[in-house]
Amino acid sequence: MPEPRRTYPRVLAVVPAFNEQESVGRTIEELVSVNPSVDVLVVDDGSGDHTAQVARQAGAIVCQLPYNLGVGGAMRAGYRYALRHDYDVAVQVDADGQHDPTYLKALVDELDTADIVVGARFAGEGDYHARGPRRWAMRLLAVTLTRLAHHKLTDVTSGFRAANRRAIRVFADHYPAEYLGDTVESLVIAIRSGCTVSQVPVSMRIRSGGRASHSPLRAGVYLVRAVVALSLALVRKWPSTLENLSEEDV
Amino acid sequence: MRANYVLGLIGSLITLTLLFELLRRRRLREKYAVFWAVVALATLVIAVFPATLTAAADVVGVEVPANLLFFGASMLLLGVSIHQSYEMGRLEERTRTLAEEVGLLRLELQSQADRDRS
Repeated sequence: MPEPRRTYPRVLAVVPAFNEQESVGRTIEELVSVNPSVDVLVVDDGSGDHTAQVARQAGAIVCQLPYNLGVGGAMRAGYRYALRHDYDVAVQVDADGQHDPTYLKALVDELDTADIVVGARFAGEGDYHARGPRRWAMRLLAVTLTRLAHHKLTDVTSGFRAANRRAIRVFADHYPAEYLGDTVESLVIAIRSGCTVSQVPVSMRIRSGGRASHSPLRAGVYLVRAVVALSLALVRKWPSTLENLSEEDV
Repeated sequence: MRANYVLGLIGSLITLTLLFELLRRRRLREKYAVFWAVVALATLVIAVFPATLTAAADVVGVEVPANLLFFGASMLLLGVSIHQSYEMGRLEERTRTLAEEVGLLRLELQSQADRDRS
């Protein structure tokens, strides 16, 4: 090992995938070729196509969910796997190839200073831009989360993030499946549970398939939903999945 | 008043019979059946003794007794549907957890089988 690190952490890349047979294979191959020591777990979120087979052929460990749960469900399964198989670090990487795996090491290294590291798209690198209501929503989320975390966060909706053992433990229990729950609310939960959050600037690539919607109406709806989701996340009693509520509060 | 009497009587008796039958076939859990039985019995009481409703309306200060009945009934139904939503959310959370666990177990089984083969 040419690495100067004293102990090399066991890293698991968790790739939630829903009908991504076109891009998941390439994403895995790239991940492994750039970071050979990383194990890749693809959580097939009830896909109707050949996502699982493609991922298996590409050399990933594949967890197939019986039906579609959304990113939150897929990721919680991933964190549970990481916890049970004693990984030091779990990194979430999207299956569509928009997360550049060369930044994975930077995210993992930054875990020396925090429990969770977010790959932020606005922090200087790359040219990811959003306009109008969508931009306001992202600003609002970023400003609020920065206050909570006591650390400058510029892009809290990024799905590219690394978690250490402490954060894995929290996320294995509490990872919301609701709207924006997998990004914003999960960060709020982690902060409330005593985790520290930091960020590393990354540049995003154009998605292999599909495009983010830029219609003003959609963006407006996004803004409203973001405000609702954020307010709920802030006033909720944590940890409070509905399960826990039934035991503690009722 | 005659029609009210008959309608109330028929309604509550049908409800009670239905509840009994569902319970007998184990299609309804007691905790829900008790609630609906109480509602059916209250309907029965009001149907047989309309004076109870009039008296209650007087106490609360509602001029038309039927309005009190409608108000009570709609609040009751609102409460029931909120409770249903709550229960459904709880069930969704549970099925979600089960689905995740099924996925992970399937993976463990598969890797165990792969290990045995090699």
